[in-house]
Amino acid sequence: MSTMSTDPKYQAALALHRFGLGPKPGSIDAIASDPRGALLAELERPGVGLVFDASLMTASKSSMAAFNFRQEQMAKRIALQAEKTAMANATPAAVAAGEDPAKLGPVKPHAESNKADAKAGDEADNKSAKPAKPPEPNVQQRIFRNEARAHFIAANTAEIGFVERLVWFWSNHFCVSADVVPYMAGGYEREAIRPHVLGRFADMLAAAESHPAMLIYLDNFRSVGPKSVAGLIGKVGLNENFAREILELHTLGVRSGYTQDDIIAFAKVLTGWTILPAATNPEHGSEFVFNPRLHEPGPQTIMGKVYAEVGVNQGRAVLADLARHPATATHVATKLARHFVADDPPPALIKTLEQRFRDSDGDLKEVAKALVAAPEAWDAPPTKLKRPNEWLTALRRAMPDMQANVVQGLQARARLGEPLWRPPAPLGFSDVQGPWADGLAQRLDIAEIVATRVEATVDPKDLLETTLGPLASSDTRRAVARADSRQQAIALALMAPEFHRR
Amino acid sequence: MPINLHAPSRRELIAASGVLFAWPFLPKIARAEGRDPRLMVVVLRGALDGLALAAPVGDPDWIKLRGDKALTLEGKTPGLPLDGFFALNPAMPNLHRLYQANQAILAHATCTPYRDRSHFDGQDVLESGFARPGNAETGWLNRAFAAIEPAARIDRRGALAVGPVTPLVVRGPAPVLSWTPQRIAPASEDTLMRLIDLYQHADPALARVLQGRLGLMHLAAAGNMDALTPAQREQLAGLAAVRAYFAEAAGTAAKFMARPDGPRVGALAFNGWDTHIDEGAVGGRLGNLLGALDGAIAAVETGMGPAWKETVVVLVTEFGRTAHINGDNGTDHGSGTVALLAGGALKGGRVLADWPGLKESDLFEKRDLKATTDLRAVLKGVLRDHLRVDDKALATDIFPDSAAVAPTSGLFG
Repeated sequence: MSTMSTDPKYQAALALHRFGLGPKPGSIDAIASDPRGALLAELERPGVGLVFDASLMTASKSSMAAFNFRQEQMAKRIALQAEKTAMANATPAAVAAGEDPAKLGPVKPHAESNKADAKAGDEADNKSAKPAKPPEPNVQQRIFRNEARAHFIAANTAEIGFVERLVWFWSNHFCVSADVVPYMAGGYEREAIRPHVLGRFADMLAAAESHPAMLIYLDNFRSVGPKSVAGLIGKVGLNENFAREILELHTLGVRSGYTQDDIIAFAKVLTGWTILPAATNPEHGSEFVFNPRLHEPGPQTIMGKVYAEVGVNQGRAVLADLARHPATATHVATKLARHFVADDPPPALIKTLEQRFRDSDGDLKEVAKALVAAPEAWDAPPTKLKRPNEWLTALRRAMPDMQANVVQGLQARARLGEPLWRPPAPLGFSDVQGPWADGLAQRLDIAEIVATRVEATVDPKDLLETTLGPLASSDTRRAVARADSRQQAIALALMAPEFHRR
Repeated sequence: MPINLHAPSRRELIAASGVLFAWPFLPKIARAEGRDPRLMVVVLRGALDGLALAAPVGDPDWIKLRGDKALTLEGKTPGLPLDGFFALNPAMPNLHRLYQANQAILAHATCTPYRDRSHFDGQDVLESGFARPGNAETGWLNRAFAAIEPAARIDRRGALAVGPVTPLVVRGPAPVLSWTPQRIAPASEDTLMRLIDLYQHADPALARVLQGRLGLMHLAAAGNMDALTPAQREQLAGLAAVRAYFAEAAGTAAKFMARPDGPRVGALAFNGWDTHIDEGAVGGRLGNLLGALDGAIAAVETGMGPAWKETVVVLVTEFGRTAHINGDNGTDHGSGTVALLAGGALKGGRVLADWPGLKESDLFEKRDLKATTDLRAVLKGVLRDHLRVDDKALATDIFPDSAAVAPTSGLFG
């Protein structure tokens, strides 16, 4: 490895895998003259990291559209029920002439409908016989699939994918789950994460914590200050969850000095951060709103500092301080180094990133540049096991002509344990090898499916050069060359250790 | 011009899995003769060890060559006698039964004209019908079909089926029907073993994960399914799954082809024959695969029903393997091997072989069973006498530059 590391082509391939989303045909050569410069150049590209798709609605509008859809379904069901009741009293002939209730399909209870319908796209793994042509997706399915498509396209088309990787990193850091907010998860990433990946951490923090998706996901939308107007008339109480997760996961990090009292005080600060109810506001339902009737009045003390601000500004002041807290710098620097370089990242690299974060007042573009400039980020051996979505995306980019649709992409991610926007907990998907290594057998299943699909059009040797080039060991090359079919050769290339590790 | 088959049931979809490719046309000349012939071509990718499938037990050098790995007529698992000189692998009782009923022919010491031992090039030659690699656009079976059908009847608007994997042998100008898979063939144990081998040097942690998977497969093969969670069972791709897949894929293809309005020519491919390590001709890995193949042949017979008497199944591989066993108890890429013909239309019960012998001086480049029969002769014999493809087309369009290779006569009664 070390003998290879001065080879510019090797550095280019490493850059594409370690910092990007994997090479596309020609990528390795395209950046071989200056891999570092290419990464830095991607940071400066106008509009990089953003998604321009006029067909996508805001998270709030999507949520409203889904809500309205369910309302219509329910209205239909009620009307049908009334009709049935009427017909039950009529003649059998009248019943026979009536609409077949089965044609409308079952309407799920409101509470469950979110979950079940959004999952229909990616997890109904066709265990049952499906008709050749699946039914047209409904409004809810369309919202999720369109968002997923935009997310996939951004990853598949990026030159290197360094900025997309940052989007993924921060989206996972400030995660919400589509299990809870199926119609907002995509919009959340576009609205709270993407605009700030190369901006200030404080701005991303503020955007994420005030986004309706986050307020629903972490239960703050119904948190009520005990001494607020609503609290005094007996509305249910304070929810600590949001405050705890902001401190533990989003900013300072676990065991970094805050106490249970700090959490309670912070939770009180955040009361009133809620959303406009969809049912009462057809124009602006599901949008963020500060509701003073829920807000705990008075100053709060958090980690020794008194916050006397009034209303929504009290929470903003706390968030601004948390963004600048040294523990946040350490926490973020450690996670970034772990994500990009090694499960046990080099301490010197953490130090570098932490310092840059603090010196630049949380300027995330500066931190990204520091990562690219750090020798440790390049010298570390490729030990990181790619997460399933990194692996799948690298595979997709290596074979841009492969036919694959959004639902297949979602199914593959779910099968490998990293369903899009569905982390198992607010902690997000794990960024170390442990939980992912066992999924290798499932990756082989996917590799074989893909290999079967492309064997007529993809040359295994070309694939190896496109996607690994100088990273491919002689063992890997030999295994691919000796495969007993093109299909097997492609599967072996996609399963090569160098294609899993970066 | 795809015909209107009934909507396949789920079971059929799973089984067909994109391996059946077929034309909906009845060969015209045969029809004029009052026949309704069926031809199914099975490509065995990976280079099948012909000496393990049919052992030359009558050759005095056989035991010397393979030692305790040699299939014989004695021992714990004796081979099934064919003609006194050859014995069939005991994993293939169905083929043996068909042989005894004069419905199977083995061609031994045969190969395409390709001799350079690359799988990909070898498969290209086998499936394209060209004498040399580098032609991977169309396959001989497709061109054969184009030759027996008036051009007008071939609807060129009907594009090739967008199947996930159309074997080269059927690719070409004639339209092809295909079934797109709902599920795919079980993860191949062979691929898994190669990956473990690759990981063992480079990445032991990943190797352990796949070894665990392999262990699961063996557990399943041994029938200890109760020890597994439902999720594990779901993931399994064990021997049972391979057998079921082979049999259902071939059997379902046969059922389609047996229908009065069904296709008459079909092709499918089975992978996994590249046995470099622990070949296990008798009772091992290759034995298991041969057993699965035997089950597939039986499934075709069953699926064809009364049409079996007008059927020929051709099973071919890109080349054979080394005559000697290598240091890993396996065999490496070679030359001469076996091709199988099975079907009620045959005048069978014979092994066709111009036996080259097994002494070192008899072997091709001192390592491979020498190919003394050009595989194209056998294939041309089938196409000419079963589907009535004319000699000229066979020598030019279908197997270019093969005028010197005469079609094998007498395969049919």
